Amino acid sequence: MATVTVPEREAPTKSRKLVEMSWDPITRIVGSLGIYTKIDFANKQVAECYSTSSIFRGYSIFMKGKDPRDAHFITSRICGICGDNHATCACYAQAMAFGVRPPNMGEWIINLGEAAEYMFDHNIFQDNLVGVDYCEQMVKETNPKVWEKAQKTAAPHANLHRYRTIADIMTALNPFTGEFYREALVMSRLTREMFCLMEGRHVHPSTLYPGGVGTVPTQQLFTDYLVRLMKYVEFMKKVVPLHDDLFDFFYEALPGYEEVGRRRVLLGCWGSWQNPDVCDYDYRHMNEWGKAMYVTPGVIVDGKAVTNNLVDINLGIRILLGSSFYDDWEEEEMFVKVDPLGNPVDRRHPWNQTTTPRPQKRDFAGKYTWVMSPRWLHPQTGEYLALDTGGGPIARLWATALAGLVDIGYIKATGQSVKIYLPKTALLPETEFEWKIPKWSNAIERNRARSYFQAYSAAAALYFTEKAMKDLYEGSTRTWRDFKVPDEAIGCGFHEAVRGVLSHHVVIRNGKIANYHPYPPTPWNASPRDVYGTPGPYEDAVQNMPIFEENGPDNFKGIDIMRAVRSFDPCLPCGVHMYSGAGKVLEVRHVPMFGVHA
Amino acid sequence: MVQATEAPYGQKTQREPAVKDVHILWTPDGMSCDGDTVSVTAATQPSIEDLLMGAIPGLPKVHLHNRVLAYSQGGEEFLRDWHTAAEDRLGAPFILVVEGSIPNEQIKTEGYWAAMGNDPKTGQPITLCEWIDRLAPKAFAVVAVGTCAAYGGIHAMAGNPTGSMGLADYLGWNWRSKMGLPIINVPGCPVQPDNMTETLLYLLYQAAGLAPMIPLDEQLRPTWLFGKTVHEGCDRAGYYEQADFANEYGSPKCIVKLGCWGPVVNCNVTKRGWMAGIGGCPNVGGICIACTMPGFPDKFMPFMDEPPGATLSSLLVGAYGKVIRSLRALTNDKANKEPKWRHHSRELVTGYHPRNYGNGMEQSRQAAAGQAPIGTSKRMDQPR
Repeated sequence: MATVTVPEREAPTKSRKLVEMSWDPITRIVGSLGIYTKIDFANKQVAECYSTSSIFRGYSIFMKGKDPRDAHFITSRICGICGDNHATCACYAQAMAFGVRPPNMGEWIINLGEAAEYMFDHNIFQDNLVGVDYCEQMVKETNPKVWEKAQKTAAPHANLHRYRTIADIMTALNPFTGEFYREALVMSRLTREMFCLMEGRHVHPSTLYPGGVGTVPTQQLFTDYLVRLMKYVEFMKKVVPLHDDLFDFFYEALPGYEEVGRRRVLLGCWGSWQNPDVCDYDYRHMNEWGKAMYVTPGVIVDGKAVTNNLVDINLGIRILLGSSFYDDWEEEEMFVKVDPLGNPVDRRHPWNQTTTPRPQKRDFAGKYTWVMSPRWLHPQTGEYLALDTGGGPIARLWATALAGLVDIGYIKATGQSVKIYLPKTALLPETEFEWKIPKWSNAIERNRARSYFQAYSAAAALYFTEKAMKDLYEGSTRTWRDFKVPDEAIGCGFHEAVRGVLSHHVVIRNGKIANYHPYPPTPWNASPRDVYGTPGPYEDAVQNMPIFEENGPDNFKGIDIMRAVRSFDPCLPCGVHMYSGAGKVLEVRHVPMFGVHA
Repeated sequence: MVQATEAPYGQKTQREPAVKDVHILWTPDGMSCDGDTVSVTAATQPSIEDLLMGAIPGLPKVHLHNRVLAYSQGGEEFLRDWHTAAEDRLGAPFILVVEGSIPNEQIKTEGYWAAMGNDPKTGQPITLCEWIDRLAPKAFAVVAVGTCAAYGGIHAMAGNPTGSMGLADYLGWNWRSKMGLPIINVPGCPVQPDNMTETLLYLLYQAAGLAPMIPLDEQLRPTWLFGKTVHEGCDRAGYYEQADFANEYGSPKCIVKLGCWGPVVNCNVTKRGWMAGIGGCPNVGGICIACTMPGFPDKFMPFMDEPPGATLSSLLVGAYGKVIRSLRALTNDKANKEPKWRHHSRELVTGYHPRNYGNGMEQSRQAAAGQAPIGTSKRMDQPR
């Protein structure tokens, strides 16, 4: 149950009574996030949403002056669930700065490790953390009528996943006692074993280095990986239809549920898994090797791709202030004036950022956040776009589908969809899934995309295993290439952390780190209002969304809000605070009573 | 005849735990990445569900309060038990688990570095330090999970802006819980999954009255987990002994010259693997960066340079190791050859003398009488 801060208060408009409710800390996510809302119970709508987080650690500060080769060891520790994504991204940035291209086998091993990370992380988040929001216990407590309907609704794919009704799926998701909850937890260990085979340890890998990996490629390494992967492939053949059944049911049981967590389609994806035949880590060829990645980078605005060029993506990044506990860097040194192609680099680009913290009281009318507001400057319209990642998968699938570039046998991007082919497994025949571009960017579709991307990752891992074993049999077993740390250099890495876009920008001077700024997905998703007044994605998604929960203010759990927020897969160790709606004139909207009350 | 009131024979071996319930209050809201909480979901020896669902005999019922694994939506519903524990009204003993470095909130005039929930009176966040001050005096035991909480770790490295430290630096190294337990440090960045669940298992045994005081070393680590070095458990240590060192990453040989600190680091990862015996550090090609140690990370950076001490010790082992290696190569070569009597010709030369094979072998036995059996002949050692 949420905390009622002020039982009832006069709203800015006469016709509304707003109740302030907060959840701080919010559970079942990684990191400290607090959600503060004002709710219009009469109209069953969220009027305002604020969110805050509660740590600052200062990576960009204590990395200055350190040996650039240590960057991936240190930055892995930014995140305790996708630390390896940081380590990998740092190695990409190091490769560019040091001018080293890992041998192909090294890249296949990294790709296999990162594929296992997606398979693990999406799985545990979807079924052990998000899944609880859709479990029997929760649905009974928040929407008894939905539970009644679920008991009477047959699951369309029961033949595959063996749960007869939607209610049976919900029961299986009950924490610890639910059968599917426990199966998912066990499966999350199997995929982490796959990860450890390639990258040594989870969550902070031990075998990654600039220049490649220390993992020794042997027949046994790939056997151990592949037998586990095939168990996961079989699991996917049940999981994808199970989630389709569950999520489709919510649209059916609660008409209008597509509005939960919905916002304008403003998605960013920085691409994942290098193609070692193309990628030389030379900035001047970044457009070419970016497009050769096995998840295509892209910025999608209103359903259309604005660019797939990593150079454009890089140059468009702006870090804005507005409400953060930092001093501005307008007067500080410019580290990088032009990129290696001669393009001007903005002062507000991560290469030129200087981080100077100024701790102070949290004041929602003034400074209230430790995080800044990353934005992407639209080259045509000049808008500073508050892109979101949708928790990762929806942006990755959308960008890949539209670009139509990925075609590796197991995966084919068609221009409107992504087809995923899974071969025969012990008990189930070969299967094809097709993720189609959805009508909305909302909570349900973010969650659905997560399941499909788990299958995508498994399919990609099958391809990487084949490539690696071919190299093994041909005797190409080197995994690492030597390099020298230059006195002066710059580098950038682009990757997809599990929950979305990830970039690392490094400046090296006198052989040491002079500036280092990582931008993980959550600052994008949970960013506060920037200096131009543009709200961040969470606020956008939650503000004005309808409420379907049957409970009133006395025992309100805020389930729909939590489903909206968790659909972004929040991961707060990067330290995020945000606030929105100060002084905003609330729109008066009379929302009809939705299906449950009809 | 068995009396109806008598316990069935199997239950005679079972004892009720000294306490029925134990709460685990686990906060990852220090200067952390939540990586230790995530790590523990990988544990299988025991697993988190083994502990929570009563899968191990003799233990009290365990109630876990952890933000990441909670059923509740958070906020006051989640924090209720934390406030109750702080008021010493839980009605059962609790173990406080702290994850993340402890920031120094004293070095600034206002604001916060790390917090969990809000103080209803001020509307400002309750800092982690305040929670520790409230909870530690009431806890049955206090555990620092991960190197950040144990010794400060990454967020306490030189040049850090928050003045971060470990829990024992904050509470005092001689601190004792009300039950007389020192702080228990389970370092690792992140913690090795089974190391943490096994430490909790031990404390539950202790709370149940089944185990004596948990054995800790001077750095407050469980001795059975951290009493040996990485090198002592490393399956590449044989290469070191033979002075056979890798000169590039990806080699299966000893990587001490590439930056591995294993010979001087207390950690069992090479014995236990990372999970299910898989993975680890130097055993799978990852240099040991000493992530379990109080001196981590500064004393071991830059990580990819050879540790200064290793230069001397690997030089000393050099001459001896090379001799041993070449002698072993000779013996290995011999061991790799089968004895000569294993062949497909018509003659039996194993040393057995058949009497009635009917093919003339009897004569050959008589002819061979007085000679040593072929199997003991030195000729078997000759290279084929």
